[in-house]
Amino acid sequence: MKTAVEVSNVSMRFNLSSQKVDNLKEYFIKFIKRELKYTEFWALRNVNLSIEKGDRLGILGLNGAGKSTLLKIIAGVLKPTEGSIVVKGKIAPLLELGAGFEPEYTGAENIYLYGAVLGYPKDFIAEKYNEIIEFSELGKFINVPLKNYSSGMKSRLGFAIATIVEPDVLILDEVLAVGDAKFKKKCEAKIQSMFDKGVTVLFVSHSLPQVQKICNKAILLEKGEIIAVGEIADVSRIYEEKTS
Amino acid sequence: MKKHISNFKKYRFLLGELVKKGVTLKYRHSYLGILWTLIEPLLTMIVLTIVFGSLLHRSNDPSFPIYILSGRLMYSFFSNSTKVSMKSIRSHSSMIKKVYVPKYMYPLSSILSDYIIFLISLIVLVGVGIVLNVRPTLYLFEAIIPLIILPVMCYGIGLVLATFSVFFRDLEYIWSVALMLIMYTSAIFYPVERIIENGYGWLLEINPLYNVIVNFRNAIFGQPLDMRALELSLLYSVGFMILGLVLFYKKQDEFILHV
Repeated sequence: MKTAVEVSNVSMRFNLSSQKVDNLKEYFIKFIKRELKYTEFWALRNVNLSIEKGDRLGILGLNGAGKSTLLKIIAGVLKPTEGSIVVKGKIAPLLELGAGFEPEYTGAENIYLYGAVLGYPKDFIAEKYNEIIEFSELGKFINVPLKNYSSGMKSRLGFAIATIVEPDVLILDEVLAVGDAKFKKKCEAKIQSMFDKGVTVLFVSHSLPQVQKICNKAILLEKGEIIAVGEIADVSRIYEEKTS
Repeated sequence: MKKHISNFKKYRFLLGELVKKGVTLKYRHSYLGILWTLIEPLLTMIVLTIVFGSLLHRSNDPSFPIYILSGRLMYSFFSNSTKVSMKSIRSHSSMIKKVYVPKYMYPLSSILSDYIIFLISLIVLVGVGIVLNVRPTLYLFEAIIPLIILPVMCYGIGLVLATFSVFFRDLEYIWSVALMLIMYTSAIFYPVERIIENGYGWLLEINPLYNVIVNFRNAIFGQPLDMRALELSLLYSVGFMILGLVLFYKKQDEFILHV
């Protein structure tokens, strides 16, 4: 088996300052008075994880366990304080859809803009353009500025653009609340078709049944450390003991 | 290095899209659209020519409006582009928090879209030159040199400002004061001879922008490049570029924690 994601010795430190110093004047006053104090907070500590190609990994843990931090590090948004990440192949983070949407632009213009944000080449977007519009079911609204869209329309467009690639690694966060029940079904079908192609999945959720439905493996995070890793059945038993 | 180049290639299309966004959105909802780029410098030129032309007894000199306009166009590019790139990290904070994009793209795209608007605004300069019958010479080709040095300098300064403004919000006010000082020492609307005679030439030379404007004007008025100004402007642009890149790369991973 080949590994798709390799997380080695990753630690993430945040500096929590008791008062926020965000201007030069205060900074110098505090610097001279030696009042610049930070409390360190480790969101992740020495996390080692290797995910094999085709694995569907659930990430479990209570609030503040470091789940989102770990996903953001794997997606490349955050850079870890220590350690390194290797992701093989194309990664599609379906975390927060529509980052970089421009409200003044029409839906059509936003397809190119958001596609570019996600790192797609221009000809690829041009080729998939009609498919995106069709999937998002926006029809003639595609030429209306995005600021006039409903939130459902926006997330439909975001989902359609983000899932147009065939990723090797898919990152999912919680339930994808996209549009009405009918569209939700369509999204689930789309994601299922990716699963069938053998995509590697990272899935974060608080709902154990959902994780059990989707994933075959899981890790359990507590206070930034992995305390259990393995088959979904074993890890969910430990998780249930922890939460009950 | 190779990694950086291939990453740049991957996001080249994004850079184009961001530049396009910067240019088109600026004028999308204004009736005169891109014409504003031409009207605004023209109006300031007329007012400055009347006021300072009378004060300095140069009202009848046809080259004086060109002198003012060339300085004024360069200054407004300098001031707009550094201001926008200073704010570029914070104005894209929602994107930075959600998706990976090489962060130097944000200040770079701000500079480039302002540069395109600046190049369009040079049409005014050509137009006024034709109307006032100021004939260009072969020296006009020298203009390419200051026109390349200026955006490099702005990007360098923009990177420094963008980095610091993430951590210190009051930098915006400090920079607007600095920009005002730069404007008054850029010789936009006065000739410099008397200032140099009085021994204050250094005040102009420490201004990075002034050295660029000098050679831009030399190209327009058919004179060879001022070598000292060229050396200084190269020094400033390369210096700021290196300083900006080093600072930016050192601090860019912390941006997300502060925006």
